[in-house]
Amino acid sequence: MSFWKYTNPNKFMAISEKLLPVFSILTVLLISIGLIWGFFFTPDDFRMGSTVKIIYLHVPSALIAINTWFVMLIGSLIWLIRRHHVSVLISKSAAPIGLIMTIVALITGAIWGQPMWGTFWAWDPRLTSFLILFFFYLGYIALWQSVDNHDKVADLASLLCLVGSVFAILSRYAVNFWNQGLHQGASLSLDKEENVSNVFWFPLIVSITGFLFLFVTLLLIKTRTEIRLKQLSKVLAANKLG
Amino acid sequence: MLTLLKRDLTLAFRTGSSLILGIAFFLIILVIIPLSLEPSKKILITIAPGIFWVGVLLACLLSLDRIFQLDIEDGTLEVLSISPLPIEGTILAKTFAHWLTTCLPLILLVPIASILYGISKEGAIWIIISLLSGTPALSMIGAFAASLTLGLKRGSLLLSLLVLPLYIPTLIFGTEVIRKSMMDLPVTTPLVFLIAITASSIAILPILTGAAIKINLR
Repeated sequence: MSFWKYTNPNKFMAISEKLLPVFSILTVLLISIGLIWGFFFTPDDFRMGSTVKIIYLHVPSALIAINTWFVMLIGSLIWLIRRHHVSVLISKSAAPIGLIMTIVALITGAIWGQPMWGTFWAWDPRLTSFLILFFFYLGYIALWQSVDNHDKVADLASLLCLVGSVFAILSRYAVNFWNQGLHQGASLSLDKEENVSNVFWFPLIVSITGFLFLFVTLLLIKTRTEIRLKQLSKVLAANKLG
Repeated sequence: MLTLLKRDLTLAFRTGSSLILGIAFFLIILVIIPLSLEPSKKILITIAPGIFWVGVLLACLLSLDRIFQLDIEDGTLEVLSISPLPIEGTILAKTFAHWLTTCLPLILLVPIASILYGISKEGAIWIIISLLSGTPALSMIGAFAASLTLGLKRGSLLLSLLVLPLYIPTLIFGTEVIRKSMMDLPVTTPLVFLIAITASSIAILPILTGAAIKINLR
């Protein structure tokens, strides 16, 4: 019994079929609890007023947006090293989710920034690097769509993902160097005693967990679609030959 | 490798047009941007580092698909990939040829172009230093992105989408060197970063570009 047996598309389909309903229910439950709790049952912040509540959308989506790229990187590495088809399809499926999350984080950030900083947009390192991340996702998705041959484009996109990861991190440090920040420090980190007041902290954690399950659910659905598509194209190709 | 470099250079000089077009493109960008702004010297000097870098970057971008395109169309690249010279050597030679024919002429133009922007002699020297240490990375990163889009029909548009995000760190550190030097601040940190990006691109990217070309030829 090894972890790698799930890289068999059939095994993956079987197990993901069972997991999918559980994850979907968890997603709906956690996100609705987190958001309703956050929006209606927490006090207003003494400085930010009710705008603080956008944190329940902004922080989870930003978190997912960044970590999706790591999922893609791991998927690409596994594909390049061990040639497991499911892993590269996971990378492919993760990219649009990451793109949407990046857009959500940018938009909620802009809506939050307007009353707080008096501007929708500032060339702050965090904001700028998120915009750059957006373009990295776009490039990766565009490359996938431009080539027909599946194995070829899987290899090329994985290479792009590797190089892109290095340059994305480099850009993060470059923009830090380039401009001083307006954005507050990290809302969540493991090495601090208390990051945000507990009243905001608990619904935020629930909401983040909900977004995490949302990501996994979407990823499973999209990957299952990709696997089906690939099987379908094989069947069609076989029919054409026969 | 030298023979290959010589061949690429000869090809570039004999056809000639791309060389002159790149230079003309760079100059027209430098001329058109002041026309869209208020022509005060103060503004021009503050934006000059960015304009020089963006001009070189765009001129470089325009010629990127030519690094491999002709050679893949007539099959030369296929022959080169099975020749005794490792594919990484081929790529280095072709990238160096691209740099010599695209970036170097623009760098040589900087002293003249900086007159347009009222930049002092020291300023021009720093622009040249920053471009000299940064543009090889532009060519190398561009060669990598070009190898990903080999043999695509709508390749050039996709190429710009892939390559421009990858250029961002080089651009930031490159312009930072010039800006710092103009404000009489120490330039060591951005310059070291810039050279580090160039050096590591030249060390690592040929291998990945080689892999991408082999995937495309499969």
